[in-house]
Amino acid sequence: MPYGPHTPADREQMLAALGLTSVDQLFEDIPEALRASPLGLPAAEPELELAARLSALAGRNRADLASFLGAGVYRHWSPPAVDQILLRGEWYTAYTPYQPEVSQGTLQSIYEYESLLAELTGLDVVSASHYDGAAATAEAALMTCRATHRDRVLVSRAVHPQYRETLATYFSGGLSLEELPLVAQGELAGTTDLAALERSLSDADRPVAGVVLGQPNFLGLLEPMAEAARLAHEAGALFVAVCEPVSLGVLAPPGAYGADIAAGEGQPLGIPPQYGGPYLGILACTEPLVRQIPGRLVGMTTDLEGRRAFVMTLRAREQDIRRDKAASNICTNQALLALAASVYLAVIGPHGLRDVAALGAARARELEKALVAAGAHRAHDAAFLNEFAVRVPNARLVHRRLLERGVLAGLVLEDVLPDEDDLRDTLLVCATEVTTPAEIARFATALEEALSGRPPVAVEAGAGAAGAASPGRRG
Amino acid sequence: MSVTGPRLQPTLFERSRAERGGGKIPHPPKDALSGIPAHQLRGDAPGLPEINEVEVVRHYVNLSQLNFAVDTGFYPLGSCTMKFNPKLNEWAARLPGFAGAHPLAPDEAVQGTLQLLWELQGILAEVTGMRAVSLQPAAGAQGELTGILMIRAYHRSREDRERSEVLVPDSAHGTNPATASMAGYRTVSIPSARDGGVDVEAFRSALGPRTAAVMITNPSTLGLFERRIGELLEAVHEAGALAYMDGANLNAILGRFKPGEAGFDVMHLNTHKTFSTPHGGGGPGAGPVGVGELLEPFLPVPRVIRDDDGSFRLERAGERPTSIGRMRSFVGSTGVLVRAYAYLRAHGAEGLREVTDDAVLAANYLKHRLATDGSYDIPFEQACKHEFVASAAGIKKRTGVRTLDIAKRLIDHGFHPPTIYFPLTVEEGMLVEPTETESLETLDAFADALIEIAHEAGSEPAVVTGAPHTAPVRRLDEATAARQPNLRWRPMTGRQMPCPD
Repeated sequence: MPYGPHTPADREQMLAALGLTSVDQLFEDIPEALRASPLGLPAAEPELELAARLSALAGRNRADLASFLGAGVYRHWSPPAVDQILLRGEWYTAYTPYQPEVSQGTLQSIYEYESLLAELTGLDVVSASHYDGAAATAEAALMTCRATHRDRVLVSRAVHPQYRETLATYFSGGLSLEELPLVAQGELAGTTDLAALERSLSDADRPVAGVVLGQPNFLGLLEPMAEAARLAHEAGALFVAVCEPVSLGVLAPPGAYGADIAAGEGQPLGIPPQYGGPYLGILACTEPLVRQIPGRLVGMTTDLEGRRAFVMTLRAREQDIRRDKAASNICTNQALLALAASVYLAVIGPHGLRDVAALGAARARELEKALVAAGAHRAHDAAFLNEFAVRVPNARLVHRRLLERGVLAGLVLEDVLPDEDDLRDTLLVCATEVTTPAEIARFATALEEALSGRPPVAVEAGAGAAGAASPGRRG
Repeated sequence: MSVTGPRLQPTLFERSRAERGGGKIPHPPKDALSGIPAHQLRGDAPGLPEINEVEVVRHYVNLSQLNFAVDTGFYPLGSCTMKFNPKLNEWAARLPGFAGAHPLAPDEAVQGTLQLLWELQGILAEVTGMRAVSLQPAAGAQGELTGILMIRAYHRSREDRERSEVLVPDSAHGTNPATASMAGYRTVSIPSARDGGVDVEAFRSALGPRTAAVMITNPSTLGLFERRIGELLEAVHEAGALAYMDGANLNAILGRFKPGEAGFDVMHLNTHKTFSTPHGGGGPGAGPVGVGELLEPFLPVPRVIRDDDGSFRLERAGERPTSIGRMRSFVGSTGVLVRAYAYLRAHGAEGLREVTDDAVLAANYLKHRLATDGSYDIPFEQACKHEFVASAAGIKKRTGVRTLDIAKRLIDHGFHPPTIYFPLTVEEGMLVEPTETESLETLDAFADALIEIAHEAGSEPAVVTGAPHTAPVRRLDEATAARQPNLRWRPMTGRQMPCPD
């Protein structure tokens, strides 16, 4: 065993103390009929060989692509200070701070995280973390039901499709979830249809607990959050904003437009994409909802000698105390990722965060210009921050063709939103502060070539050769 | 502080000075936001602190030194399996090919990660004796919810709609009943038998056409293998219910007991317990779920598939309509799973069995040392698995010193306290889990410390009840924290509160 300290002599000494001759004797309580068949696993691998195996696997992923893919997970510059702090064993090998006297580091860092996110969201109560943006959104929706004693939640179809699928799973235990359609045409196309929202809210027999909209929404567009919040409140419902934290460096915070709860994905705050996680579920709410929020909360207090200190508090909401009456079953959370977000925000600072968001917006506008010049069209007219959809003939094929040229041309929207007719042949593309003008030019050139009028079959047949000849390196 | 000086730290907000920091991101052009309607923009910059990098780094390094951690000492926290977190795993998860992979990238661009995940699905199925595994759940509790929702979907697929109850032993983790509630079920708590095990007769009388599932932790939260598990599983299945196994204690049975072979229908495992992925001060974890034949159709999406041509891909939308759907975004917490994979490959079959053998041997040795001394009660004398319960009920009776006090006094001896007052069924209980990565010297030193504290409770009880004495802070005023919650920094707060020392 690679990490165990026991020598054969140690084992013998322990067995002798127990009056045993074999460790097998400690397993005699497992009924014979139920003992395991032998483990059919590969042999142990020494560290040197295992490291080579892992490097080879990592090397099979393509790391050479000029990527314009966002859709909920964004590439950003994470100052090396963030990961170097995270690599301190005192942080990452500690457990949940149940013993506050020897956990003040973790506890103060969570209190600071709560404070930083309170500033960003404009909401006073921030949970210590949830699994990811999808699970946080589901918990937010469940909160609205508990707080209003109602069981019907409306969610915009412009909320991330995977978040909506997660909501549906969490609601399958007996709560009702309905989707709000999007405006089909005109200046507001692609944003949530407020007239439909009003109609859904007006059904007096089926009162609504919560209304969930994303800002920016999944299509990158800015939603009329203040109006939606007002409509929700008029019907006695709570309003949930699904937000992206870097955008809050420049966009109005949820607290300012009347959101009762903010949920979101904290990955953009210094956390690498790492194929799906671990990420950071952000969950924040107004003070009156504090007893409804699930997950750990850390508060400030004093010790016996009057020194300022921090401790987990309002624990009566949690599963280990309340068991079947708890606000949620959450136990393990994403503390280390909350730490990453805090270090990121501390190093980047308020002006840096604004620059990250604004530079991303500027790059996205350059991208828009370049793609339009190359023959694509924006799919919607509404304002966007750093992500938008473009209409491209044979979008799926073009996406493949560009991949062969080393460009990851965003997301083929009909792959994830097959039911939205308006989104056939559209690509969702994004830019951030790390997107370079050279990458934008590479995308535009490749797109122009792909759209140059050759019929799709010829494009596909020629793709291999073209790909091999292109400057895009293969992984 | 460094080696000397004050240990407690001001908050980030108190360190802030206007115009400090910067230099990380190029300034955007002035018209960068001209496309955004004014009412959508924020009025003021967010009130984040302005600090330069050296101050940020010192802040977090100094704060880190206020933490106990596996890397600083023995952490015998029962039910949490605080084993060593190998450094190779941290290195592997940070390889640029893994760390930079976007979760919506086309399958062909992420074959390395997909292969790793596919292999891991197979390894975990083998370890648990299950037929198939989903890597999606983000933590053990989410694995539980996944399992119970699958059980719900199974009953519904059979038009069996009367089942509304989940049976849980009273020694279970709090997540079990909380999970049942989240899935829309009523929890029925079943008292344990006198020997600490499941009371099969009590289960039998509670089982019936209303029972959807039974959730069992095996070994139990007392660290005891459920000898009557075979009978219990038979009774569960006879009643038409399904059996869920909480895999929190998997470290005790690797290569010795495969829940799937024994007849469990579904289980979760905690990579952050059994497979050495770090606890991170509370998370992240990962809670993969394994299922037998009955529940395989209901596993969440997406699973990782290997096609006939040897390439790997994610399940596509709609490919398996019986699925309960998605528990979270994307495939799972891949960065955690890379670490678990590295751990499993580093051990192989023989190594995993040794892990369990050494963990169980260490727990029994430690228990034996305390039993021989006699200061602590050992309520269950039979061989334990990877953890055991000791009780300070006798000490409390003799001296008034409680388990909580003893736990706090351990801090002064350089040890993290064990889990205390859990399971709820043992008076003044402490649940001790040494894991397989602690040396014999450490085990002996810990036993010596516990025994010394027991004596001290008689001779100088005030020293024990006043502990800890050497930690950065003394015991905390938790009542005020709950009565007047201060959950975020406000500029005024610092003036109202005493300064750090």
